[in-house]
Formats: sequence, structure tokens, C-alpha cells
Amino acid sequence: MAILNARPSLVCPAGSLRALKAAVDNGADAVYLGLRNETNARNFPGLNFDEHEIKQAVEYGHQRNTKILLALNTFPQGKSWSKWVAAIELAAKQGLDAVILADLGLLRFASRNFPDLRLHLSVQGSATNRYAIDFCVEEFGIRQVVLPRVLSLAQIRRIIEKSSIDVEVFGFGSLCIMVEGRCALSSYVTAESPNTCGVCSPAKAVRWLETSQGRQSRLNNILIDQYRHNEAAGYPTLCKGRFTVLDKTFYAMEEPTSLNTLDILPALMDAGVAAIKIEGRQRSPAYVAQVTRVMRHAIDLCYDHPQHYKVNEGWMTTLNKVSEGQSHTLGAIDRKWQ
Amino acid sequence: MKLSLGPVQYFWSTVKLRAFYSAVANWPVDIVYLGEVVCSKRRELRLTDWLEIADELTTAGKEVVLSTMTLLEAESELSSLRRICDNENYIVEANDLSALKLISIAPFVAGPHINTYNVSTLELLFAKGAIRWVMPFELGKENLTELQGNKPEGLQTEVFVYGKIPLSYSARCFTARAHNLAKDHCELKCRDYPDGLPLSTQDNKNLFTINGIQMQSAKVCNLIHNVNELKNLNVDVLRISPQENNSEEIIRMFDQVRRDAAINDSVIEDSGGENWSNGYWYGEAGMDWVINEEY
Repeated sequence: MAILNARPSLVCPAGSLRALKAAVDNGADAVYLGLRNETNARNFPGLNFDEHEIKQAVEYGHQRNTKILLALNTFPQGKSWSKWVAAIELAAKQGLDAVILADLGLLRFASRNFPDLRLHLSVQGSATNRYAIDFCVEEFGIRQVVLPRVLSLAQIRRIIEKSSIDVEVFGFGSLCIMVEGRCALSSYVTAESPNTCGVCSPAKAVRWLETSQGRQSRLNNILIDQYRHNEAAGYPTLCKGRFTVLDKTFYAMEEPTSLNTLDILPALMDAGVAAIKIEGRQRSPAYVAQVTRVMRHAIDLCYDHPQHYKVNEGWMTTLNKVSEGQSHTLGAIDRKWQ
Repeated sequence: MKLSLGPVQYFWSTVKLRAFYSAVANWPVDIVYLGEVVCSKRRELRLTDWLEIADELTTAGKEVVLSTMTLLEAESELSSLRRICDNENYIVEANDLSALKLISIAPFVAGPHINTYNVSTLELLFAKGAIRWVMPFELGKENLTELQGNKPEGLQTEVFVYGKIPLSYSARCFTARAHNLAKDHCELKCRDYPDGLPLSTQDNKNLFTINGIQMQSAKVCNLIHNVNELKNLNVDVLRISPQENNSEEIIRMFDQVRRDAAINDSVIEDSGGENWSNGYWYGEAGMDWVINEEY
């Protein structure tokens, strides 16, 4: 059946020009990036693009037939509204292929003032069903939606069947286990969240302590995990800590692990996903190059020779090496995970 | 200022829900939000049962709003949502864009999970028929001041002032996970935790409260000391979230304070400030308890 659907676009992350070139050179169909401020959900120090770099990114991408998308996927508040407006103007002026938005007010602004600008609903827009998507199509004319990582394969398939627009899913990368755009765990503990500040479990709130019980990771002084002396320690993301519930201490929400959809790529393509996204604008150019290359091969093999598609061991090894906790999961796509 | 009672977040039995709302009829709240808002597997009451409770509360002089779920995925969940939106007697609180699609003409309340962070979003919601919006939990006084000064005329504002804060939603059920069960075979374990299941750090600090697919704060958000500020900002409604015990006392306390009575300090101190939070209101971490010298 995959032959009936178009080949899905491979959408890759870039936190720098070097990462952007790595994505383009290794086969990305589109690259998404953000500005160096709170207008996007990877507002980390030393990352992202200024106006001049965006111009260079668009030039480099367009010369090589790669689309460049601007992520403006946080929620403007107060007097800073003008920063998001300026970003949309910049996207229109510099010829970006789409902007990825989450905020309803901003979607309304963009659709009214820039009717020719292609709008994608960000994963932070929390559209987990067909009516939510319909609302954004009717109100704002969105042309593509990125689905939150909370849907099973059957639900993804159903949404695509009913949807009048392109549907994008995450194919690889760090796994948000909460509905994106609806998680305030980080601001509850640190005052900053993806929605308000473009960060989750911000690095400035992280502290490592060596104690007699082992190494501790703390977030704004809250103990997220502690490790025995020979145990590998992970970044203290709130939903991936070890906590105590009913007298048991375990990963109460999720283990440190990454999403990896190689095993079900044929099913995703058969369902008709229009785009497959790689997470990781905060990651290195080497990560972007490796993951892009693997996903490019996998998508092409799956599309061109669906009957011969088999997950190559080398692909899996490469992806596991750059995964959180060196392990992977299908997340909510696999009903049993839920 | 009106007082509202938010939807029950937990899985309570029919008997408990019926008894609770019979009592609510006599409490000094003006608005009551009804319905299952967390998990579609909790089918203790059907829509007809909720409507019956709604009618009883209306007779008792309460304004009733039907709340809807935040995370909707399955077709069956969308059908339930449609039935709620199609009811002819009560307005609906939308907590997902799907509800906005289905009730875009009727008057409605934009719930706390519609991400309303700026004036442009308020204008959109007002144009779609919102009569009231509920401020997202992670916003505070500074945001509210700006929004109150610029919102569409006639749009009412509601602020969550008491209760454990609903912080996130997942496809995964964390109550089932704590019992080593998958969501599809959850045995409705959340029925055993009428105030949620506590999650603590390895050094024994309460951090979150597990409530099925929802993660709540461990601490109770309490803005009792900020009622005058809320009044000065022309907030229309203060929302209190139901809990298993003491909901009546809490409502009576807010009722006293909204009527300008001096706060009964002893009541507040006895309840233990260490279990309270007000950080979001002050632009700090939501879990913080900020002492304001002006109290």
C-alpha cells in the first residue's frame, strides 16, 4: 500500500549552521530551526540562529532543494508579543517555507497578516484528534500538523484518514511522554516551562552532588535521581527521574530512553504520514548527520522496496548510541507502552 | 466576585459523587463545573446522570457548566464530547481545541487547558463565543494584570485559587504503572485514591500527585492571601478544586474573605503552610510558598 502514498518528507533539526549543513548534506527534505530567543521551545544558551544566519540557512537549503522551517512554538506573553510578530515577518521576508506555530493568538495573527505564509501546527499545539486539527484548518488555514507523542498507531492512522492536511509524526529522538503544550512539570519546579520560556528542566537549575549514597542530580534542589558509583547518570528531566510511589522507588513516569520508529516505519508509511520528524535541535551536528543519514536510508528503502524493508543492525546501533540511556522505545505508538 | 467549584479530578464512586453534590447545593458557591475531565475509562456516571445533578444544582440556585476532557484521542471520546456539546441546557467548558470546533457558536467557557497566554488569544476566544476564560495554571499576577487591562470588554476572567494543580497529561496511566499494570488493563486502580496517589523524591519530599494519566502538584495551590489583589484586578470568578475532605470549610473561608471579612489567620496557619504553594502567582516556581509581607 505504501506505493499509493507520497514518500514522506524527512524533517531534521538544526541548532546551528553546521547542524543545518549536516542535515541538508545527509538527505533532509526539510530542516527546522529557531531564533536565538524565547520564541522557540529550544531556547538554550549557545544555540539557534540570528537573522543573518537564517538568511544563510535559507540560501544553503534552497540551493539544495531542502525546505527551511522556522519554529515559533512557544506562547507569547505580555509585552514581548512584538518579538514573535517580528519573527513571523522575518520568516515571510526571508522566504522560509513554513512557520511552525502553537499559540492560537499567533496563528490568528499570521493567518490574517501573512496569508501566503505556510503554517504548520506545532506539536506544542496539542492537537491529538481530528476535531482539534479541523478547528485549526478552518480558523487558521494550517497546512500541516505535528502530532503529539501520545497517540497509538491505530489513532495516528485514523487521524490521517480523516485529515484534509499533511500529518507529521516524530520518528526519532528524546521522548516527551506528556502531551506537548500541556506540561507544566518544569515550571512547577523551576518557574520555566516549554510553554512560557521554551525550556524543560532548564540547565541553570541543575546541580550534581557527590554524596555518601552516590551521585545525586537535583533540579532547583529537588532530588531527581541518585546513582550508584558505577551507574551511568542521565540529565535530570523531571519525567525521567526515579521517585517513590507506594513505597517503591522506580522510574514512576518513564525511563531515560528515546523514541525510535525504525521497526514500524512500514506501518507509518502505510498509514500515510506526510512527514517524519527527528527531534534534537539541542544536539550536535554529528548527531544530526548520523540520525539524518540513517532515517534517509530507512525511508528510502521502505518506500522504494517495501517488500525488502528490514531494520539494518547498523542503523539501530548508530541510533542507540545517540539515544538517551542508550535505549529506545516506540512510546505511545505501541499501545502496551501506555 | 463569584466562587466556583471546579470539576472533580479524581475517580469517585457514584455514591460519593451524589453525596458530594447534594452537600454542594448548600455551600456558598455560585458556579459548579461538572463532568469527568481526566479519563474516559471512568464511567461511574453517564451524561444523563451528570445532567440530573446539574438540574438539582440549578434548582438550588447554582450556575452549572459542563466540563470536558483535556486529552481526547479515541473516536469514542470524541462522540462523548459531541454529546456534551450538543446538550441544550448547559454551557460547556472547553479544555481542548476539539471542543472549540464543536461548540464554536454557543456561549462557552475557555478552560485552563486552552493555552491562553496573550490578548490575541483572548480576542479569538471571545470572537468564537467565550463568555469566560480560566487563566492557565502556570501564569501569575504579572500576566494577569496585563491581560485584564487589554482583554475584550465583557469577557469574564476566572482564576484557580485553591487545589492541587493539574500539571500534565500523558497517554500512559501512572496509577496503573505504579501497580505494574498497562492502561488497557488498569483495573480502575485510581478508584482507590480519592485524592490521588502521592509521588515523592528519594529523600522523602512530596513532589507530585499521580491521578491516572494526569500528574498533579503535591502541594495545594492556595491564593487565600491574594483575594484582595484578585478583586483589585477585577477577576470575576475564583475557582476551588474539590478534594475528598474539607471542601466545604475551604469554600466558606474563601466566601468570608471575598466578603472583606478579616482572614481567620488561625484557620490558615493550622492547615500547614508547608503543604501549600503560591509560587506561580508571584512568577516563581509553582511549588514555592512565597510569604508576602503585606498579609
